[in-house]
Amino acid sequence: MCTMCGCGTGHVHMNGKILHDHNHDSAIDAHVHVPGMNESRRVKIEQAILAKNDRYAQENRHFLAGHGIFMLNLVSSPGSGKTTLLVETIKVLQDTLPIAVIEGDQQTDHDAMRIRATGVPALQINTGKGCHLDAHMVGHAMEQLDLRDNSLLFVENVGNLVCPAGFDLGEAHKVVILSVTEGEDKPLKYPDMFHAADVMLLNKCDLLPYLSFDVEQVIEYAHRVNPALQVMNISATEGSGLQQWVDWIKSGHRRMTRQVVTAEKTTL
Amino acid sequence: MALAENMLQIIEEEAAEQSFTQVSTVWMEVGRLSCVEKEALQFCFSAVTDGTIAQQAKLEIIDIEGWGRCMQCHCEMVLNTLYDACPSCGNYAIKVIAGDEMRIKELEVE
Repeated sequence: MCTMCGCGTGHVHMNGKILHDHNHDSAIDAHVHVPGMNESRRVKIEQAILAKNDRYAQENRHFLAGHGIFMLNLVSSPGSGKTTLLVETIKVLQDTLPIAVIEGDQQTDHDAMRIRATGVPALQINTGKGCHLDAHMVGHAMEQLDLRDNSLLFVENVGNLVCPAGFDLGEAHKVVILSVTEGEDKPLKYPDMFHAADVMLLNKCDLLPYLSFDVEQVIEYAHRVNPALQVMNISATEGSGLQQWVDWIKSGHRRMTRQVVTAEKTTL
Repeated sequence: MALAENMLQIIEEEAAEQSFTQVSTVWMEVGRLSCVEKEALQFCFSAVTDGTIAQQAKLEIIDIEGWGRCMQCHCEMVLNTLYDACPSCGNYAIKVIAGDEMRIKELEVE
């Protein structure tokens, strides 16, 4: 069994089909007896637990850099408005940039269907009992999506503020979305995620007049965990702040494609 | 659970390379600033290793203290959380220099 992606257990699905078909032969028979080998000894290992995921992430990053694809990993609690934000962002950008989306959820393809309704290709990964996407799953999803050069790739991670923080997917940036209907102290309660992200989108700001949510306090908490975190106040449904977010995406995308052009010139 | 599965995979790969068939102890370094809950990891490890070469293995977790360096005054300090302020200057811009690791260090095998 490949323990990174759970393949062989049949739990992970992509667009409804089981991932995947290559062989992993690491399973060792627990009852094999090797003569002369049953003395107790110590074996040095020094291996990071996430080293394998990090290797897949580097492969993804290398592929993306080679094709000028700007990938963003959107992370948040469930219900923060990630899919609505994506749909609204796609509507603004789809006439200027080729876009694709990888959706991660434990079950259903509802989110991928919402994305496809905009006309943009979307691939749904169902993680079954898994609580996060990993770089191996995303690498396979990238292969299946037939990505265009110099495009924009959004990954909507499984709604969870804990585990996705530890799994690099090869993205250019993690973007954490926090809605104002949640608590101001979430950055302190779940510091790993706010530490790993480069941008925080404070969503549902249109609801602020009806809530006692303290915007300055949440930003102060977030900056305690990550002083370099860029914060944008938005409302995906009403459109406020979306221009700043879209401009940030465009400038990141331009940097990515410039890198490819520079690399091509160097090799010529 | 995914972390425990990754641990087992590393152990099984090492078993194939270094020819051992039983693991009696696993020493693992876990930093205080990593996202690992030690009791949960103990539980998941025993669940994942059931019926494998590591089913008898005792998981010994080596606690690694968190350390940070202040980006403003450059002093180094023990870091208990990712949102600690620098004890010298009060700044929050602190770079983690130790304590975010999750690493299998050594195995006792037969």
